Amino acid sequence: MKFSESWLREWVNPAISTEALSEQISMAGLEVDGVEAIAADFTGVVVGEVVECGPHPDADKLQVTKVNVGGEALLDIVCGAKNCRLGLRVACATVGAELPGGFKIKKAKLRGQPSHGMLCSFSELGIDVESDGILELPADAPIGTDIREYLQLDDKQIEIDLTPNRADCLGLNGVAREVGVLNSCDVTEPVVAEVAATIEDTLDIRVDAPEHCPRFLGRVIKNVNVQAQTPLWMQEKLRRGGIRSIDPVVDITNFVLLEYGQPMHAFDLAKLNGNLQVRLAQAGDKLTLLDGNEIEPREDTLLIANDQGPLALAGIFGGERSGVTTETTDIVFECAFFNPLSIIGKARSYGLHTDASHRFERGVDSQLQAKVMARATALLLEICGGEAGPVVEVKSDAHLPKAATITLRREKLDNLLGHYIDDATVANILTRLGCEVAEVEGGWQAKAPSWRFDMAIEQDLIEEVARIYGYNNIPNLAPVAKLEMTDHTEANLPLKRVRSLLVDRGFQEAITYSFVDPKLQARLHPGVEPLVLPNPISSEMSAMRLSLWTGLLGAVAYNQARQQSRVRLFESGLRFIPDASAENGMRQEPMLAAVIAGTQGEEHWDSGVKAVDFFDLKGDLEAALALTNTPHQFSFRAASHPALHPGQCAEILLGDKVVGLIGAVHPQHEKKLGLNGRTVVFEIEQQAILQRQLPKAQPVSKFPANRRDIAIVVAESIGAGDVENMIRKVGGNQLVAVNLFDVYRGKGVEEGFKSLAIALTLQDVERTLEEKEIAEAVESILVTLQSEFNAQLRD
Amino acid sequence: MQQLADIVAQALVAIESTNDLKALDEIRVNYLGKKGEITALMKSLGQLSAEERPAAGQKINAGKQQVQQALNGRIEALQTEVLNAKLAEESVDVTLPGRKLPTGGVHPVNRTIERIEAFFADLGFSVASGPEIEDGFHNFDALNIPAHHPARTDHDTFFFNPDLMLRTHTSGVQIRTMEKTAPPIRIICPGRVYRNDYDQTHTPMFHQVEGLLVAEKVSFGELKGVLYDFLRNFFEEDLEVRFRPSYFPFTEPSAEVDVRRKGDKWLEVLGCGMVHPKVLASVGIDPEKYTGFAFGMGVERLTMLRYGVNDLRSFFENDLRFLKQFQ
Repeated sequence: MKFSESWLREWVNPAISTEALSEQISMAGLEVDGVEAIAADFTGVVVGEVVECGPHPDADKLQVTKVNVGGEALLDIVCGAKNCRLGLRVACATVGAELPGGFKIKKAKLRGQPSHGMLCSFSELGIDVESDGILELPADAPIGTDIREYLQLDDKQIEIDLTPNRADCLGLNGVAREVGVLNSCDVTEPVVAEVAATIEDTLDIRVDAPEHCPRFLGRVIKNVNVQAQTPLWMQEKLRRGGIRSIDPVVDITNFVLLEYGQPMHAFDLAKLNGNLQVRLAQAGDKLTLLDGNEIEPREDTLLIANDQGPLALAGIFGGERSGVTTETTDIVFECAFFNPLSIIGKARSYGLHTDASHRFERGVDSQLQAKVMARATALLLEICGGEAGPVVEVKSDAHLPKAATITLRREKLDNLLGHYIDDATVANILTRLGCEVAEVEGGWQAKAPSWRFDMAIEQDLIEEVARIYGYNNIPNLAPVAKLEMTDHTEANLPLKRVRSLLVDRGFQEAITYSFVDPKLQARLHPGVEPLVLPNPISSEMSAMRLSLWTGLLGAVAYNQARQQSRVRLFESGLRFIPDASAENGMRQEPMLAAVIAGTQGEEHWDSGVKAVDFFDLKGDLEAALALTNTPHQFSFRAASHPALHPGQCAEILLGDKVVGLIGAVHPQHEKKLGLNGRTVVFEIEQQAILQRQLPKAQPVSKFPANRRDIAIVVAESIGAGDVENMIRKVGGNQLVAVNLFDVYRGKGVEEGFKSLAIALTLQDVERTLEEKEIAEAVESILVTLQSEFNAQLRD
Repeated sequence: MQQLADIVAQALVAIESTNDLKALDEIRVNYLGKKGEITALMKSLGQLSAEERPAAGQKINAGKQQVQQALNGRIEALQTEVLNAKLAEESVDVTLPGRKLPTGGVHPVNRTIERIEAFFADLGFSVASGPEIEDGFHNFDALNIPAHHPARTDHDTFFFNPDLMLRTHTSGVQIRTMEKTAPPIRIICPGRVYRNDYDQTHTPMFHQVEGLLVAEKVSFGELKGVLYDFLRNFFEEDLEVRFRPSYFPFTEPSAEVDVRRKGDKWLEVLGCGMVHPKVLASVGIDPEKYTGFAFGMGVERLTMLRYGVNDLRSFFENDLRFLKQFQ
């Protein structure tokens, strides 16, 4: 909502500066978005009259004029504007004037003719109006008057950003009321007298849907001169309210819209066939709107129609067929109250948003229509002439909103605010806001004014009292609550701990979008249908992610394209897997994912540079898994995944449940994803790692530990990790550590086989183990390995 | 005894001129060993008379000790020399960089979330989270935003269908918590939220932290107190805070909170209010018995103000050169 400050001050004029006023409005909840000067700074421009005007002897496009600015002598001025003509009242910059941008007017000669001033256009005065040529003032503009004074150019345009509940301030009257309340000063409304009918013409008005249109006023006005000029004062008020002047009839409806927040519509009487209907659309209805678009309104849409079909989208937009044109002589003014629920969402559903729909869907004052009809009629007769018929009102009291009567309890007020505001102040605030206030036992009863239909419950009144009293006058308090300790579960491993571990291991945390490029994602996860946004920002951001990889790999490519040779990133967040059995058809699983690419470490004077491989990232992952205190419950199993290298891909298992994947990105994807070299990723369900086992302390043995190294030969297909796990499983209590320390292939080991060197550490808590026991334990392990993996002891 | 003096003098010369621990040991054997020259003199004492013997013995012992001391001194000197040589050889350029395991960093958005969590943990708020694809009930209806409410269309929601959307705020988590938990409730809900808007100052995904306190007799004054303390802690400076009336369907009264740093403009940093009775009722909490306050803030905006980030979009580009600044 934009309006002129000086117009507001015609209604209510507190003795405070523009800054103070705008601050005050903001702090009342009508947030001021901007305060802008109506015109730029300039001096020395006065109203003048062109008293002589003729062609320039030496220039086709110039005219030589004499201008009366009320001084002793007429001014010689050469003017280039086409609309410069004899008798025109103009804005004349006199010698010595300083125009916006520091442009000074001096005596000059133009193509040999003297020019002692300049006739100005709007833009030359720093006024944002599109126009060809110079400014045209009304014929009664007083010659010699400073133009700033005459046009009230020291005015400001104030723009307020209104919250949806404050529809009452979508008209200047509402803002004025608010300012009046805030300053305890009177609001002076323009006198709106009922315009008596001078003709008897009426229209047959039928409201078929009173629940949608509880009040409808129509009035015939005949012999209207629609070619009349909208007076400058009205054009200026409209312009400062952000509305362009079009023709007097439209301008008048727009003027009352700004003034009272009440949309109106004007029809051409000749096109109505004597009747108007308010009804819901029916199958087959068609309507060409004023913008030329033809629509077929749905049956939930309220129309203004006549016996020949639809005329307008009620409360939203007029139709072409019945619109006022330059040929129109007789018009019909419509001024209605539509039920907000009947209008809400409708404009948007037709791709429209109008000043009318904006107001009707938020709600207008249901008691305002007669006054606005009178105001518009009076303005029309004043500007365009004509004779008005009687106002025809069709209303349904049953469907008109009822003013809410709300009880405000003293106790509730005090408790909710945490502050005591005295009785007189409370009653005074509510009264000033327009409520009818009565004191009752333990509080007040307030009947809300018709324009404050947002007031419905006790809390609304509390908010109003607090708002006018000033939120910042309510003291800050420390909350009072019982000091109850919250529950803490040590076995819950905080995600933050895992993230810290990754950070300490050199990973940078990333946050990537939850929606990704469906094409890239399909490359990594072919055959899985993601949930797709019907109205995405762009097609590259339209598919909900099936894993965190698409985003992370994108971040790797982004950084590699910017000369980052070592990239280590991780992210935690949801992935979205369609699943009919889950809530809302979607599994939203918290995942943890990481990616490494480029060099293992930073280049260093003492060590070489090595590219990352699978085991670098596996080591990081294993470190994270170790935080659960049960790292051996996790295992890795060779697997395949379309995104990953077939020989470097593993499922991560917790027990026998797959909880994640780790692997090198399949080389065939590297180029398409913009990756440079080996890139390794993992993704694991957070749920699998966010439980840890509490430590169970064991006595530390006082007896020596015995290390025995074994080297076994197994087929390549046997997983070393499986061998290790088997040893742990059968090793018994005395086997305290297993460490695979070498893998050998080559001389002495047959092709297709590998040698694993494993250190076994045996120890007892109660005694020193004897050589014989140790040998037996090792032997028993070897026997198992032989039977399970066909492992042979290497000579 | 002239012989003793000669032997000792010889020994001392030999010791001083030796630079080798092994040669020194040989000298020791030659003079002090079982067959050494000084040992031999000791043995010859028997040939002397009983009167002469003690004095001669004393002299020989003194000579022996003199040689032994010289030996010890020389050994120590040589050992020190060896050690010094070794140390000299082992010296390094201490200004060379160490072997690095460079530390990464937490994302600035999460850094801010962690700080906010810590402030509110002090007051007994626990952290709650929930789904990001949300249904109409939890994202709108339960928050007193009925179908076609302007607030619903103003939200620029990413709808999948009329009843399924990307959450536009984390308030759904508050609803889910209130559905399951009886008051008193103190939670904060950090997380990703989504709005269909992308320009200099909007990204279609951003982060919010919302907070909720529901108990008996919770007041607006307390809400003000908590948020004032929070903002002072967050910015760690003496800034001005003001509460400006606003409107949210789920709170009544509602306010937006602005801060002003020294010499700066007012900046809106969060929205808040007293939980609307309809919201409490929609989750089965008696609004006559309980009241509550709720607040919500945009994490990116707070992070930008705190650390001087000037482009919102940089949070999601994941440029290492940007991220690494947050150590």
